[in-house]
Parts: sequence; structure tokens; C-alpha cells
Amino acid sequence: MSDDLAALAARIRDEAEAAGDLRALDAVRVGALGKSGALTALLKGLGAVPAEQRKARGAALNALKGEIEAVLETRRAALEAAALEARLTAERMDVTLPPRPFPPANAGSIHPISRTVEELTAIFGAMGFAVAEGPDIESDWHNFGALNIPEHHPARQDHDTFYLPGEPTRKVLRTHTSPVQARTMLTQEPPIRVIIPGRTWRADHDATHSPMFHQVEGLVIDKGITLGHLKGCLIDFLRAFFGVADLPVRFRSSYFPFTEPSMEVDIGWDRKTGEIGGGTDWLEILGSGMVHPRVLANCGLDPREWQGFAFGMGIERITMLKHGIPDLRPFYEADTRWLQHYATSPLSPFTLHEQG
Amino acid sequence: MKFPLSWLKAHLETDASVDEIATTLSAIGIEVEGIEDRGKALASFRIARVIEAVQHPNADRLRALRVDVGDGRELSVVCGAPNARTGMLGVAALPGAFIPGTGITLKAGEIRGVKSEAMMLSAREMGLGDDHSGIVDLPEDAPLGESYVTWAGLDDPIIEIKVTPNRGDALSVHGVARDLAAAGLGRLKPWPAPVVQAAYPSPLQWRIEDPRACTWVLGRAIRGVRNGASPKWLQDWLVAAGLRPINALVDVTNLFTYGIGRPLHVFDVAKVKGGTLAMRMAHAGEEILALNGKTYALTEEDGVIADAAGPEALGGVIGGEHSGCDEGTTECFIECALFDPVRIARSGRRHDVRTDARQRFERGVDQHNLPLFLDMATALMIELCGGEASEASVAGAEPAWRREATMRFERLGSFGGLAVPAEEAVRRLEGLGFEVTARDDARVTVAVPPWRNDIAASVQLDQAPGLDAAKAAKAAEGCAAVEAECDLVEEVLRLGGLDAVPPVSMPGVSPVPPVSLTPKQSRSQLARRVMASRGLREAVTYGFLEKRVAALFGETPEALTLLNPIASDLDQMRPTPVASLALAAARNAARGFGDVSLCEIGAAYRPDAQLAVAAGVRAGRTPLNWAAPAREADALDAKGDAVAVLEALGAPMAGVQVTADAPGYYHPGRSGTLRQGPKVVLAHFGELHPSVRAALDIQGPAVAFEVFLDAIAEPKRRKKGQPDLPAFQPIRRDFAFLVDAGVPAEKLVRAAQGADKAMITDVALFDRYAGDKLPEGKVSLALQVTLQPRDGTPTDAEIEAVAQKVIAAVQKATGASLRG
Repeated sequence: MSDDLAALAARIRDEAEAAGDLRALDAVRVGALGKSGALTALLKGLGAVPAEQRKARGAALNALKGEIEAVLETRRAALEAAALEARLTAERMDVTLPPRPFPPANAGSIHPISRTVEELTAIFGAMGFAVAEGPDIESDWHNFGALNIPEHHPARQDHDTFYLPGEPTRKVLRTHTSPVQARTMLTQEPPIRVIIPGRTWRADHDATHSPMFHQVEGLVIDKGITLGHLKGCLIDFLRAFFGVADLPVRFRSSYFPFTEPSMEVDIGWDRKTGEIGGGTDWLEILGSGMVHPRVLANCGLDPREWQGFAFGMGIERITMLKHGIPDLRPFYEADTRWLQHYATSPLSPFTLHEQG
Repeated sequence: MKFPLSWLKAHLETDASVDEIATTLSAIGIEVEGIEDRGKALASFRIARVIEAVQHPNADRLRALRVDVGDGRELSVVCGAPNARTGMLGVAALPGAFIPGTGITLKAGEIRGVKSEAMMLSAREMGLGDDHSGIVDLPEDAPLGESYVTWAGLDDPIIEIKVTPNRGDALSVHGVARDLAAAGLGRLKPWPAPVVQAAYPSPLQWRIEDPRACTWVLGRAIRGVRNGASPKWLQDWLVAAGLRPINALVDVTNLFTYGIGRPLHVFDVAKVKGGTLAMRMAHAGEEILALNGKTYALTEEDGVIADAAGPEALGGVIGGEHSGCDEGTTECFIECALFDPVRIARSGRRHDVRTDARQRFERGVDQHNLPLFLDMATALMIELCGGEASEASVAGAEPAWRREATMRFERLGSFGGLAVPAEEAVRRLEGLGFEVTARDDARVTVAVPPWRNDIAASVQLDQAPGLDAAKAAKAAEGCAAVEAECDLVEEVLRLGGLDAVPPVSMPGVSPVPPVSLTPKQSRSQLARRVMASRGLREAVTYGFLEKRVAALFGETPEALTLLNPIASDLDQMRPTPVASLALAAARNAARGFGDVSLCEIGAAYRPDAQLAVAAGVRAGRTPLNWAAPAREADALDAKGDAVAVLEALGAPMAGVQVTADAPGYYHPGRSGTLRQGPKVVLAHFGELHPSVRAALDIQGPAVAFEVFLDAIAEPKRRKKGQPDLPAFQPIRRDFAFLVDAGVPAEKLVRAAQGADKAMITDVALFDRYAGDKLPEGKVSLALQVTLQPRDGTPTDAEIEAVAQKVIAAVQKATGASLRG
């Protein structure tokens, strides 16, 4: 390479090195390779070179061009990397800031009573039960008469009924979810398998009683359903609901006007620790029995043909036991702190076996 | 009801322990509420003699005793009691015994150089009272070495039971004993059969003037009685049962009420006016001063026992004060009567009198053994008080109580779930007093004993009004056919304990269970989750509230006012759950949590209906955040909640309109109603009216919504059509309109949407500006309109044509002009 070419190469290398940004580098490129660039001028002057030198001169110029392009490219890559680095540095933010509020800005939640109803629905649903419902304000007949509780019956004293005006007889706020038994039998042909969760009302207000509370009723009407099925169904439910596979369950003979035979059901627990299934104590948890023939007949079913069982339990009670909630009253107070503590996320799916 | 074990053993021969008795009672349907066993903790304490008591050599206040505990040993005891003396009998505890009064377990030790190998006890140390003045000082005849509690009669545990309303017969010690015997826990002792000699004609005669008041009554006088305190055994029993001993004659009536379930009454013959006691209905205006000291104004529906002076007893419920027996009584007259259970229940409830007599009569008592019980009572009264009996006076007649019941043995298995062998089943029934009248391999027929009014009772039906007549008749016939059999199956099963019935899991109705929720129920669950996922906390609140509060939220019809509220702030069924949630928000604010978002799925009550409502209240401000400054909840938050619920539940939103006519508890200018067509109201939303907030003491802003779940039509379950996936890119154009501030924004949006239905697929309101750069009373609303070409990329002219249509449509509908 002749000296002039070597000098040019050195100059451009220096200029490229000195270029502080892509724009300056582009100026260097134009100065060398542009229309009126130094190398372009030399290439244009190739025609004036004597023929015997032309070939060698041409090869030298091409080599020089390649060298300059490589220099420019290397520098361009370096500058781009630096620019990106500078941008990334400039673009830093404080990632310790709290995230923007994505709706919902504050957490919502599902009430423990609703959650328990969902669990009841899942467990009994798996046993073939459907959910039935009825109104809170009932006729005397639905709440009492249909269920073999005539007006003078001593059992009425235990019900602490709220009354509303009505013609020809007063209306009642249903004292149990049992009236829906009658509603179901009157509107649906057997076989029947329903659970009836809902609000119930009794004129009783103290630490362990609320004037409004929730019950779930169960009703099975079929052929060949025996007290053995009642026991099996309830044992299966209680063990699934409390998540204790070997939960002790005890059945004691009792009396309800709308079932015969009737029984109270106890589960094993530890009175001191509240552990369900542990300890040696018994805890009364629900009432049940074979549907009384009068109840069937009152609803138009022939007890020679159909038989079945019914049960009822307090939703708050089983919820308190399952989750160790000590006090009944806050269930209805809508204290946002209590709701936050005991509630479930709306996004948690409900499945057959809930734990905790 | 409660009674001591010794009373039970007077009726039941048994070796069973009190624990066995309690377990059996609970299993067979007589719930044991508690066992009070005062003697249990003291069982190891023995009666001991102080052989010698001398001054402790090293302590002024102590004494050194040598004690004989009855087993041949002589123990050294250091004792501080001032009354410890040589030769006395007391109660000793040996090392290892727990001392109830001090809460410590006794250990042998040495006190100032003298061994103490036992402890002599004070009454307080045994937990038997407050006396700690010295050790127990027993009489000379107390048996050395015997158990103290046995000697003192403290080993008589008290059993408290809860008797179900059907078992009038079990409201007696004898009835409980009978059940236990039938369950295999001993042998029932038979009734005594006293012979009463009649010495004179009865000074009083029964007369039944009205059979509604009484159907059968017996009575007998005893003259020459000395009516003092009853003997200790009787007083002990009554006290254990929770009764107050009064005098021997009255105590015997209580003994019969509790012991055999036969309420009796004794009149003082000297206090009865005239020679006749009449069973009749009360006359209007009559009163009675009852034994409890209260005066009752009687009605013509009350049955009374009257003498010449008027009512002396509210028959079967409570006796009268005037004619009762006291210490001065020398001649008494025993009443043993049968009353109609229903009439007793009504009278008792009418006057709110709860007595042992009422409790038994309204459940039904023995229908047959009245003469026997009268003789038994006469004999016992003469035994305790002396005197001689008169002839009996009887009116009315024994009722027709005899009836039979038949059970097919097969039903024990096919209904009761346990095939109890026939022999065993019959044995159990006989143990309860049923008598077999016929039996073959398949069935047994029994006569029902007179005390079991709950078995094979006459069938009382209350069939559904409007039931098909043929269906009703067939059902009634079926009930009559099987009810008594169910009664017997229950008796047989309960005596063996229901734990004996093997549990059987429910047979599946299909391999995969059927749907358990109706579409409406599923939608309600979905609504709950939609609300909660929007940040609302689900609450459960009372369905009734104070009428004054209810009135803030709508009508308060009398039909929804409780006749017997438990509290004055819980007397009106709520017109909307919004009311309950607003109260809840105020309560939270009072605790320092003013920013709350609550929701509930609950009922709004109407006189003829119950509406399922998904409601919510947002109070206060949104949470503090650096990127989204906190702001007050506003009506559009509530609208967002309502719309989200409606959308999730499949309401056809394209047809839903907002009208500005929410109910009066909303702010009139900041609320709306979401409607589908002119009639169907889907939801209300808006800011709560300032006066409502003020009335409930809600300081900050509060907005609410309520979605009427029943109003949303059930979405049709159709297969979805093919999706619309055009090949060409959509084109978006922005427009800013200047419009009168009073024009609803929705009007512009709808006008733009309607400008070219084929091309325009979406219109979004993306800016709203109101300020001093605009003419007075005008706002600027900016719309982005999306055009969706389908046949090819449109030309600029085609796009411009649609744009002009948009402008024209909006101008026409709203008077708006395009902003330059």
C-alpha cells in the first residue's frame, strides 16, 4: 500500500475512534465513502493511473475500502452498545414502589356462611342431592301444620316463633328450613333428594343464639330408603365436611314431630381443645329421622309407597366448629375486620374436600 | 326433670352404675343433661376415731392425734383444729386422696417433728359448705371405718334428664325405670297394691258440669290428719328434684307427680265451700288466686274446679291458694283427675303458667290407673299423717283408651335398617308394657299400655290445601295403615340403641351425580363471586331492622311489621338489603373504618313477595396509592358493580338503558335505574341520598347498588353462532363534540352507534372535558368510533362518508356540534 493510502486509513481510523456518537460516525463514513469522500475521490482518479499500475492500485483501493468499512462497523457496534447502556441507565425506576391499583383496589371476599353452603352443596351434590329453596315468610301450615306440629303441640313452645300479620292466620318467619320439605313434596314427584340451605328465625337473642340464623335441611324420599341410609349419608357427610376420615359419629334416639324414628347425631371432639374427631367428648350437631308418615300424607304421598329421611343442622354451628370461630354474633355484624379474617377469596374454587 | 339415684332404685332393681344408666338413657331417647354426684370426690374418705388428742410438743396451735381409721392401723396426725379431742369421731383422708376444698392431693409428712400420716377434715375441706371452725364431729353411732359419703347419704347422684314432648310417661321416675328395664338394665318394681278402708262417706262430691273441663275424676277425703313436715327421705328426694318441701300432704302430691307421673291436688276440706266440687268451664269475669300467688283472669275456654264460692283451681294447670292444705289442715280431699291435653296446653299458654302438672297433662298421663294411684296416695298420706279415709267420690268414666298396634317384623329391616330378631323385638315391647294379643311369623299385634298416649294415637292429618282429593285420601289411608307400625319400630330400635343400626352409604343415582343447582341458584353464586372479585366484602345481615330505618328505604307496610319483635330495632322486614348494608357501613365507620365496601345476596321483602337481591354499599374513599390518588366512591363505581353483575349473569346489555329515576333513598341527581324495556327494572345504583346518610350518621360519601336477580331473564342455552372474524383491519376515527352539559353521554354514544350499523362496531367515550375554555353550559365529549370493513379496504372518501354520518347522527340526536 502506498503511503497516501496508509495515511488515509490511519486518518479515518482516528476519526472513527474520535466519533462520540452514531451521527459523528456517519459523518466520518460520508467523509470517506460518500459521494465526495476521500476514498471515493481516489477511486474516481483510478482512470488517470497508468495502465500498468492500475491493477495494483485498484486492488489496493479495494482493500482500503474493506478496511475502512470494517473500522466503521466496529465503531458503530461499540457506539450502539454504549447508547443502549446509557438508555438503560437512564431508564431506571424505583421498583420498590407499590404496584398500581389494579381493579379491585381492595380485596373482596366470600362470607363463611356462603362458603359453608357451597361446601354443603358440593358434598351433598356428589351424593345426588339438589338444592331447593323457599321463602322466609311462611304460612303457619308450611312451618307447622304440614310438619305434624298442630297449634297446641308442646313442640311449638320450643320454637320461639316470630309472627307477622296475615289473613286468615298469622304468617310466620320460618323457624326452620323444614317448610321447604312440604314445598318440595308438593311440587316434585319422588324420588326426591334435596338439601335446603337458608335463613331461619327464632325469637331468641343471647351469646349463643341469634334471632336470624341459617339451617340446612335434607330430605330424601324414595322406595327402600332405611334408617341405615340416613346414618350412612350423615356419617359420609360429616367426615367429608370436617375432613376427618375416621370421625366418630354417634346416634341417639330422640323426638321431632316430623320424623319417626328420630335421632340426634353427635360427633366426637375434644371439649378442651376444640379438635374435631379428637378427644373423648361428644358434641350434638344435628337432628334427623325417618320422615313421619303424617308429613308424607299431609303432602299427598302415600306412606305405604314412599319412605325416606330428613335432617337439619345449623350452618353457623358447623362453620364455627370447622374453623374454630368462637363467637356467633359477629357473623351478622359485617365488621370488615372480622370478614377479612374469616372470609374466603372469591377466586378460590370450591371442591368436594375443603380443608381449613 | 331431675331425681336422685335412690329414687330411681325405688322403682328399678338394678346393679348398674350411674354411668351405665346415663349412657343407656341417652341412647334410648331420654337425654341426660347432667349427673350431679357430690359423693364421687369424697368416696375415699373414711369415718375415723381420734384415739388420743394431745398438745403438739413443738407448736402451740397444733395438736398431735392418734387416729384409728378402722382398718386396724393407728396413724399419727397433726391437726390444727381447736375441736380435736380424744374419743371423737370424724372423717379422715389418707395420703393420695384429693382434698376438694383445698385443691391439693394429700401427702404423708412430718410437721415440726411429729409425723402426719393422714388428715382429719373440716366440712369446707370436703367441699360441703363453709364451716371451717373445726374438723367434722360425727355422732357416736357413726360406723368407724365406713365410707363417710355412704353414711351421710351423699352418695346419691342426681340424674337430670330432658324428656321429649311425646313422652309424657317418661316425665316420672317410674317411667324412666320402665324404659331402663326394657333396655335390659334391671327389673321394674311393680306398683304396690294398698287396701284402703273407707271409714266414712266423702264430705265432698265431684260433679262434672262440662265434659270439656274434665272427663273422669276421683277423690277421697282423709280426716284426722296431722299435717307437718314430711320425713327426711321424702324431703331429700324432693330437694334433689329441685322442689321445695312444703308439708307432708303437699309433698306426697309432688312425690306422685315426679315419681309416677300422676299429678294430684289436695284440698283442705274445711276451706271448700259447699259439699260439691264442680268441673266446669270458667265464666267470663271469674278470677283465681293461684298457689303461685298470682291472680289469673279466666276465660270461658278455661276449665276450672269450682266450689260454691267459685273457681278453686285452674284444672290440671295450677291449684288455688284459698283451698290448699297447710299445717292446720285436719281433713284433706285428694283430687285425681283426667284432663284434655289440648285444653290444658291452651290454658297454660294463655295464662303463661308452667307447672309440673301442666307439663304432664299436656303430654298425656296414664288413662287407666287413676283408682290405683288414688289408693296409693291415700295409703301414703295416712302412713305419714295418720287419719282415716272416706269413701271415694267419682264422676265421669274411664276413657276409651284401649287400642292395638301391629308390626310386621320385616319392617324392622326394610324401614329401620336393622333386622332385630322377632323374639327380641317382642321382648323389648313387652318390657315397655305392651301385651301381645296376636303373633305369627310375620307380625305381632300388641295392646298399647294406658300410659303410652304417643303410640298408635288417632291419626291427625293437616293435609295441604288444594291437594287432589283422590291423592289425599290414598295418602291418608296409607298413613293410617303404617303409623302405628312406625311407632313400634321406633320403640324396638331405640331400646337397642341406634348405634346398632349399620350405616349404609347412599346408593348413587347415576355414575356422575346430576346437576345440584338450578340455573337461578348458579347465577346467584356467580353474582356473589363477581361482587367479591370487584373488592366487595360479602356480609350477612339481619333481614329485619328498625322500622324508622326501613322507612328511609321504602315502604313499611303493616304486613311486614313483626307482631312480636324481640327488640324494637328489629321489628320491620327490610325493603332492601341496601338498608342493612348502609347500617353496617355506619357501624364500621364508628369503629374507625369508614372506607368499606360491603355486599350481600339477600332478600328484599314485599307484602306478597320476597325478591332476591344482590346489593352492595361502598362508603368513604378508595385506598391510598401513589399512582391512583384516593378519591371518593361515586355513583359510577356503584354502576360499575351493577353492570358487572348483570353482564356476568347474561343480561342482554345492548338493550339495557339507564334512566334517572332511582328510588328516593338515592341522590336524585347522582343515581340511575338500569332497565330492560320500559317495565323490567334490573338494578338501581347511585349515591345514597344525603338525608339518608345523615339519618344513619354516615359522615362521608356512600354509594349503593341493588341488582334484582329474579328480573334477569334466564339466558337461553343455545349453541353459539360462528365468530365474526373479518379479514380487514378495523379503522378508528376520533371525534370531539361540543354539547349541552345536560345531555346524557349515552345519547351521543347510541347516536354514533346507529349512524352506520354495518360499518360501526364500537363507540368508546374516551374523554370528557368541562372548563373555562368552553362556552358556558357546554361540555366536550370525545368519541372513538371503530369501523370494520368487510369487503375490502375502504377508500378515504368512503371513510369520510361514514364520519359525516356519525357527525350528522350525533348532531341530530343531541344538538352537539363537532369541535373545531
